[in-house]
Amino acid sequence: MSSTPSSDNQRLDQRSAAPVAGHEPGTAGQEPVLSVRRLRVEFPTRHGTLVALDDVSFDIAPGEVLGVVGESGAGKSMTGNAVIRLLEPPGRIAEGEIHLSGKRIDNLPEDEFVPLRGRHIGMIFQDPLTSLNPLFSIGDQLVETIRAHLPMNEREAREEALKLLCEVGIPAPESRLDSYPHQFSGGMRQRVVIALALAARPEFIIADEPTTALDVSVQAQILALLKRLCADHGTAVMLVTHDMGVIAETADRVAVMYAGRLIEIGPVDEVVRNPQHPYTKGLMASIPGITKKLERLYQIEGSMPRLAAIPSGCAFNPRCPHAQKRCRDERPDLMPAEGSRAACWLHDPVDPLPPRQDVEGREVSHVR
Amino acid sequence: MLAFLIQRVLQAIFVMFVVALISFSLFHYVGDPVMNMLGQEATEADRAALRAQLGLDQPVVVQFWHFIVNAAQFEFGISYRSARPVTDLILERLPATLELAIVSAIFAVVMGIGLGIYTALRRRSWLANFIMTASLIGVSLPTFLIGVLLIYIFAVELGVLPAFGRGETVRIGNWWSTGLLTASGLRSLILPAITLGLFQLTLIMRLVRAEMLEVLSTDYIKFARARGLSKRVVNLRHALKNTMIPVITIIGLQLGTIIAFAIITETVFQWPGVGALFITAVRFVDVPVMAAYLMMIALVFVVINLVVDLLYYAVDPRLRAQGGGK
Repeated sequence: MSSTPSSDNQRLDQRSAAPVAGHEPGTAGQEPVLSVRRLRVEFPTRHGTLVALDDVSFDIAPGEVLGVVGESGAGKSMTGNAVIRLLEPPGRIAEGEIHLSGKRIDNLPEDEFVPLRGRHIGMIFQDPLTSLNPLFSIGDQLVETIRAHLPMNEREAREEALKLLCEVGIPAPESRLDSYPHQFSGGMRQRVVIALALAARPEFIIADEPTTALDVSVQAQILALLKRLCADHGTAVMLVTHDMGVIAETADRVAVMYAGRLIEIGPVDEVVRNPQHPYTKGLMASIPGITKKLERLYQIEGSMPRLAAIPSGCAFNPRCPHAQKRCRDERPDLMPAEGSRAACWLHDPVDPLPPRQDVEGREVSHVR
Repeated sequence: MLAFLIQRVLQAIFVMFVVALISFSLFHYVGDPVMNMLGQEATEADRAALRAQLGLDQPVVVQFWHFIVNAAQFEFGISYRSARPVTDLILERLPATLELAIVSAIFAVVMGIGLGIYTALRRRSWLANFIMTASLIGVSLPTFLIGVLLIYIFAVELGVLPAFGRGETVRIGNWWSTGLLTASGLRSLILPAITLGLFQLTLIMRLVRAEMLEVLSTDYIKFARARGLSKRVVNLRHALKNTMIPVITIIGLQLGTIIAFAIITETVFQWPGVGALFITAVRFVDVPVMAAYLMMIALVFVVINLVVDLLYYAVDPRLRAQGGGK
């Protein structure tokens, strides 16, 4: 295995200039709220078993926001679904462990797991237009959620629902409690969804592309709201998105996924400014900037392999400009790389692979 | 809401008018009742007298006007065959048909929804697969064959249930005779009710299952699970209510069909209902009875459709909003 979370955090403490006080990810001695170890998710199909997640390990500290990025199909949402145990059948956790506040939860029987949802692990989905049941008023949906977790009667739960709506910034909540989802705009619905996800004050929530389906103008508001609420309640967030802008703005640390594997993880500043894995480098270089004026966007040659055809060794090797024999034979674990950790043999602490150089002695780049 | 209701009622009236026109035209295209009633030997004077008595000597438009006015008051004239008021004949027979239809509708709806939910939630279990396969048989076998098979098994071979008739009946009020209060009446009801309801049962079951599977894969069901609601609440509150919208439509239409198609079941089981009355009427070209039966069935369909539309309003808030502002 790679380095422990605490060594990761020590490095973080040395490097990142000033994390917000009280929000230091995984302050030494603090137990992670979520700890995922060597998680493997498989989909048995008629044509053999597809490995959707392979050997994914990470921690999230209390109050921390971990951004998870990657292309479609890289396993971002899959990771969230596996944690809250809402994998679409026949998907199943084949190996690994998931611990919530130190307690192992992946092996709990279903009837013991159900009460964790909403109470300890919340989840926000991508599309607020379809996340709410159209046939129930938002008051009904809030009250049933609150009462499923907290010992309240109908009246108390309604008051709590009002408070929640206030907190997520719904104007005139008293008059909106009996409204139905279709009577709200997209942004307002996502606020309701956030209120529902936070109704029982879970210590950890998974936000799966929470702003992707929203107007750009509303996205920032919703992100700010989510960030503020989670900071107020000390809720840790796993923010799944493909939008690096969202990550840079919101996350404390970022995890990069590729073909069902975690390939780089580290403080957001490090990963954005100084990416270590060749894939992350390509990913960052392909983000258009307002200040940079480019003829055309950078792109990484080729495309992510299908789950049925993941190459041996490093999954990125067919597209990687530095790929050598070892990359095709042996799969790299996460290893310390500058300010973050990357799964790449270039960073092997014992025997680092030399990066390929072009004729002028510059490190070759796969981007062009 | 009110505008919607008025609009639907106007539509219903129009439908009834068209059906009345068709029923009325029966009088002119299905044989000559006077000929049938009096036979070959009657004199021309007798025929003219009967024609006048039945109102057949007046202009067509006037006849139609009388027909509609009378129909609106549930007056359908005198049966050509038994020479009794058609309304009395139908009212006499109606309780038998309604009891049969309602019992088999309840059987079909309760079992259909129940089995539909079960086969959707446990769709990989062998029992669910068995039910689905068996339901194919229910859909594809014609009603009369199911009736005959049931009679053969339960009445002839096992001898546990009566093969025909309604058993003992008890009178309630002036004209309602019920078979629901006697043991023999209830026993007689079982086979015809199953026969009449089986097709609807399988239809409702398959529909509920398909809708339920679709609803269970929606985001709001996933979100309801993620909120930590129990399986029961998610399945029976959130999923079932959303499943019900298309199901209500089908159930409504099928209720009408149950009453209309009771004809076959009533014939197979010699059930003394309106369907059997209609079959007899067809055989004797008893046009007033046929016309009245047509009007009655049309009314049943129209009323049920109206109720279904109103039920949509009750179930789906999105429709309410369009009608009445916020």
